[in-house]
Amino acid sequence: MQELIARAKELLANGTVARVLGWKAGDLPYNPEPAYFEKEEDFKDFVYNGFCGANLSKYMIEATKLEGKTLVCLKPCDTYSFNQLIMEHRVDREKAYIIGVGCKGKLDIEKIKKQGIKGIQSISGAEITDDAETLTINTLYGDKTIPYADGMLERCHVCKGKEHKIYDEIIGESKDTKDADRFDEVSRIESMKPEEKFAFFQKELSKCIRCNACRNACPACSCRKCVFDSNKFDSSQKANVDSFEEKMFHIIRAFHVAGRCTDCGECSRVCPQGIPLHLFNRKFIKDIDEFYGEFQAGEDITVKGPLTSFTFEDVEPSVVAERG
Amino acid sequence: MSIEANEEFRPKIVAFCCNWCSYAGADLAGSSRLAYPADVKIIRVPCSCRVNPMFILRAFEKGADGVIMCGCHPGDCHYSTGNYYARRRMTLLFSMLDYIGVENGRTRVEWVSAAEGVKFSTTMNEFVEKIHSLGKNVRLGDLRCRN
Repeated sequence: MQELIARAKELLANGTVARVLGWKAGDLPYNPEPAYFEKEEDFKDFVYNGFCGANLSKYMIEATKLEGKTLVCLKPCDTYSFNQLIMEHRVDREKAYIIGVGCKGKLDIEKIKKQGIKGIQSISGAEITDDAETLTINTLYGDKTIPYADGMLERCHVCKGKEHKIYDEIIGESKDTKDADRFDEVSRIESMKPEEKFAFFQKELSKCIRCNACRNACPACSCRKCVFDSNKFDSSQKANVDSFEEKMFHIIRAFHVAGRCTDCGECSRVCPQGIPLHLFNRKFIKDIDEFYGEFQAGEDITVKGPLTSFTFEDVEPSVVAERG
Repeated sequence: MSIEANEEFRPKIVAFCCNWCSYAGADLAGSSRLAYPADVKIIRVPCSCRVNPMFILRAFEKGADGVIMCGCHPGDCHYSTGNYYARRRMTLLFSMLDYIGVENGRTRVEWVSAAEGVKFSTTMNEFVEKIHSLGKNVRLGDLRCRN
């Protein structure tokens, strides 16, 4: 982190960049928030640790419209989103200075709290430079130690790899955290009976409060005007009034990013209700892989997305019914 | 016993038909005196590619029991490639509906050309029969205040 701060200050001082987009410490030890740093003294709040899960690519849509270059800290998975935004002409590569930051898996405070850890005062072992395999959590009721992997976000267990796809320089080491297949859960749901599937999604989606956090945090949801903001539309900008609207919102949200979703997992991370929203995105990714060939959005900006291209031999929609 | 329970189930079916092939196919079915159930409500769209996934969901929201989309045969699109894009979209959408537990017989895509009046009427007869066997669409309606 010190190396990152020193380099950011240097680039700011020599005028290469006009501002730095990173994370600053929040009110609690586990909720750093994205922030701009424009002056050297601002850096006293700068943090980069295991809780810095936010994907800053989304903020670059607005940042690259500002005067001068913006230095942005991107984790390996965030670079996929950035690439995808370049492809869609939503960010200006010339106005971004990308520092690829190391990542050893990001932490999920909800998951830590679920393990019965209450009254958290401070957490050590979350530092990115720290090689420790455990997290030591100082709570009101004494110290607790858990393995680092037990506190990790779901998306880090199915990590796409620790290679930065786009960067100007890389600071910090990354560590591979993949220990599961990302389609396991999707396959499990697919194998359920229709009534069970329906009951599962009914239960999950009924928790939705339509705060729109999933949409706002998603780097692929980059429309200037969202369809859900239209006042001509029944489901716009309000709480769900019936059980259909919950499903419609989530199906359409996922559909609008199908083929562009890099599976960065921000939707599930920001959901205050803990709905596993990535299950929708992953279903589309799984189907795209199965029907139209393997595709990873944001990996290669020269390849057209699966929903903006076609082949004459594509499968017919009846394949869904035939598959059973 | 409620009044509704005594009534025979008449499905509500929405058919999105492309202006250039399927809508003309439906016309031909009519002028050839081929019968298909009156439960099918046709909505004309400029191209099958115009059908937004939201249209399908909104049809269900407003009480449809089945939605069918008809377009030109692949390769015959009036706008050259519209139906190829539509085909990919619908495949993914139908797969998603299946994934959340909606019976996959409620949605269908059929390619009907302007010369295929017979195909149009047989497709619609088949589809209505299928929806009859599946019954009323409850899963995509409002489930509040129901048990």
